[in-house]
Amino acid sequence: MMSTDVLVVGGGAAGLSAAAEAASCGARVTVLESDLQLGGQLIKQTHKFFGSKDEYAGTRGYKIADILLDEIRSAGDRVEVHTNVTVTGYYPEDGTITAMRGEEEYFRVSAKKVIVATGAQERLIPFPNNDLPGVYGAGAVQTLMNVYGVVPGKRVLMVGAGNIGLIVSYQLMQAGVQVAAVVEAMPKVGGYWVHAAKIRRLGVPIYLRYSIKEALGSQVVEGAIIQEVDDRCSGIGNEKEIDCDIICMAVGLSPTVELCWQAGCQMKYVPHLCGYVPLRDRTMRTSHKDIWVAGDASGIEEASAAMVEGRIAGLSAAMSLGFKGDPGKLDEYWSRLGHLRAGEVGEKIRAGISQVMVDGWEE
Amino acid sequence: MTDKELLFNSGILVEHREGAELPPMDLWKGKKNGLVVIECPQRIPCNPCNTSCPTGAVIPFKDINDVPKIDYSKCTGCAMCVAKCPGLACFVVDLTWGDEGMALMKLPYEMLPRPEKGDRVQCLDRVGQVVFESTVEAVTEPWKDSTLVVHVGVPVDLVDKVRAVRVVK
Repeated sequence: MMSTDVLVVGGGAAGLSAAAEAASCGARVTVLESDLQLGGQLIKQTHKFFGSKDEYAGTRGYKIADILLDEIRSAGDRVEVHTNVTVTGYYPEDGTITAMRGEEEYFRVSAKKVIVATGAQERLIPFPNNDLPGVYGAGAVQTLMNVYGVVPGKRVLMVGAGNIGLIVSYQLMQAGVQVAAVVEAMPKVGGYWVHAAKIRRLGVPIYLRYSIKEALGSQVVEGAIIQEVDDRCSGIGNEKEIDCDIICMAVGLSPTVELCWQAGCQMKYVPHLCGYVPLRDRTMRTSHKDIWVAGDASGIEEASAAMVEGRIAGLSAAMSLGFKGDPGKLDEYWSRLGHLRAGEVGEKIRAGISQVMVDGWEE
Repeated sequence: MTDKELLFNSGILVEHREGAELPPMDLWKGKKNGLVVIECPQRIPCNPCNTSCPTGAVIPFKDINDVPKIDYSKCTGCAMCVAKCPGLACFVVDLTWGDEGMALMKLPYEMLPRPEKGDRVQCLDRVGQVVFESTVEAVTEPWKDSTLVVHVGVPVDLVDKVRAVRVVK
């Protein structure tokens, strides 16, 4: 059985930050990542990040992954990393974790503390023909283009104008793919205004109060019908046919929290955070005394916030084991999160977080 | 919701407002090398325009969510912010450049093909319509991070319209 002080489940923005922080306190850390390489969504992000210098603002996402990986490497053998390993279960009786390497090898892990940094899953919305080849999640499009260097098609309809929809539209254009249009059911873009302006000035229409009605085609996507919608997202006519061979869905994410459910963490459904998430205290500890959460698994938010949450969880998990950490850093990290969440776009996050924060846990 | 609001909500600047203002004309028209024009009207947690500014012209943010404020007397038109801004929302406009009636615009550029001096470009407005055809005067890469700054001449009456270029090859 593999054993470790701090097990980090997920090697993305939150998990790598958590691992780096816990290791810097002296803890032995093991990172299990289901993908073939570390970095999570960061490695697909070719755009420059927002935030402040503390969150590497102005640096491209994949470069931030490199920075975090360097930090992990500098911790030497205190951090053990396994890729292509999926955590499959948590057994609350004795805290055993089960994991699977590839498709063959099963093994068990015994960890004193666990940080769940499992990220999120993409949502899809139902519409006729949404099972045609050519209907992609935005994450898949990014993986194809930015990890494997494969363009998904020639002309894309983007569904959703959150930051992911806007940024992936821009990345598609950088890859030489036309973006026929972006549709967004809300009366304003959900992502940053500047990201919308960036693609608008390159001639991409953004249809607000529009949604996809159906995909056209029999074997593959050959087009799409979009239509105007009302406040309740019901179609009210004004249909347009869009010429496209790819429909890219960027309609939101849901936190990946199965492990938290299995462990019996107290969960709450919070629409602002995009699904069920564990309650947590100021150290990102869940109601389970050995389990912390960070990043999108604790509520859908920007990668910059995920990295800070990872730091908090890593620091606290290590300190709970008696490793020396600077407790003052907790205040610093919370002040950074406060700044990141302060604006108009952070309003939703603030409302969500206030529903899941507890003052402390009764031991 | 008016059409104008809806247009703004889709990423089009329909009128100048806080965080998206033009420099004062009396200073602007005589400022060699140009002054910065920033179009960042939404409060978001982001400040690289300030931290990348070598002269302090982009005033330090009290709150990282503040929209940028500019001390135009300090701006040298260096375009470091143009290349650093993650939102590609910074531009420099030099009204003293070239012949009567022409201005030099320094615009961020992250597309292929990589433009070179002398290339023909289409100048695009905020909705991507071609409003002018011009020639690349210079290309710089201030941070050596693949974000280029393309210098193109445009008529003075288009400096509040042109916001992107497309290279014609």
